[in-house]
Amino acid sequence: MRVGVLCSGGKDSLFACFCAMQEEEISCLITVFPENPESYMFHTPNLHVVALQAKASGIPLVARQSSGREDEELQDLALAIREAREKYRIDGVVTGALQSVYQSSRVQRTCRDLGLWCFNPLWYADPGSYMETLISSGFRAIVSAVGSEPFDPSWLGRSLDLSALLDLREYAEKYGTSLTGEGGEYETLVLDAPFFRQSIVIEEAETCWRNYRGVLRVARARLEEK
Amino acid sequence: MILLAGLGYRDSALLSNEFVRPVGRVVKRFGDAWMYRHFTDLSGDQAGDYDAVILCGTALKDTRCLGETERFSWLRVARVPVLGISAGMQVLSLAFGGSLLPCCEIGMEEVRVLSPHPLLPPSPSFMAYELHAHSTVPPADWISLAVSKNCIQAISHPELPLFGVLFHPEVRNEGVIGGFLSIAHSWKQ
Repeated sequence: MRVGVLCSGGKDSLFACFCAMQEEEISCLITVFPENPESYMFHTPNLHVVALQAKASGIPLVARQSSGREDEELQDLALAIREAREKYRIDGVVTGALQSVYQSSRVQRTCRDLGLWCFNPLWYADPGSYMETLISSGFRAIVSAVGSEPFDPSWLGRSLDLSALLDLREYAEKYGTSLTGEGGEYETLVLDAPFFRQSIVIEEAETCWRNYRGVLRVARARLEEK
Repeated sequence: MILLAGLGYRDSALLSNEFVRPVGRVVKRFGDAWMYRHFTDLSGDQAGDYDAVILCGTALKDTRCLGETERFSWLRVARVPVLGISAGMQVLSLAFGGSLLPCCEIGMEEVRVLSPHPLLPPSPSFMAYELHAHSTVPPADWISLAVSKNCIQAISHPELPLFGVLFHPEVRNEGVIGGFLSIAHSWKQ
């Protein structure tokens, strides 16, 4: 089966891609760029880096701009998936949805309307096992945004490694935050993955911090041989 | 030991990660161990070795199991508690002479309890996650336990511990799986 992977550049979509490529042919990555940073559907920081991730993995990218308004986002998503279907003859779509019924239901409906399969390999996965597998599989992801207490500015740019996982477990126990960032506590950016032929190096980035929320904005990045 | 049967069009980790493992996590949380088998690799003799069987759902576009109901003839003779989830309820219904109707529901829907049952939440209604393209017309003597605005959502055999739910209890209604496991263990004793 030929599938397209909805890709935000974060750990969940790229790990879902990794799962799917064990069984199916990945024909393209599909990304919707919302202009609205408060997008309902799409993870927003550093979406421009997805083009580098696509290049690093040798997978074509279908990218589409969206206003980020709730009603229009779905139409833009449908247009992006339709383009992937026409250009790469995909039979299905893969998402990195973990527990969001809101996002998952909307993608499922879009796929149904377009006659496509929809796969969610991380759906209701055990958070601890998922995070451990992500790290042990060779994914290198950094925290690209944080959105709640107790995360502080030191998390921006921090590698999601075993030491970070230890802190995340402590936060989950103490404050009830999600280990995977499912509640919007943090977002990630993948710099390397087992299927990347090259890894991504950030050359220039700036951090913005306001009211317990912060973003690491990548201004310049390049590919490097592994 | 609980047997989780995958109903995917093929024995695929991509499908079992989405539709079987989440059910397995709930089973484990309620204190039971589980094993996975694909439906093409399952017979009544094997099913009888387990404390209960859960027929898990599959992708919206996946209809292979619905066209191979002869593979589920063991459901009529195996004396083992069964819970069919989504496609599993459809298969269970077909195996006992019921039929299917096109009816697509995706996302959260209100489910109204018709007849209070230990399998279902106690309130008159609850919200449930749906992902199905068909509803069932249950076999003649089966009991409808709950409905959504569009179709029947939960059924039971009149005597045996055989149940079907069209919604996905592993998403936000884990107690339904817990309720089934309690019924299964009581029946076994």
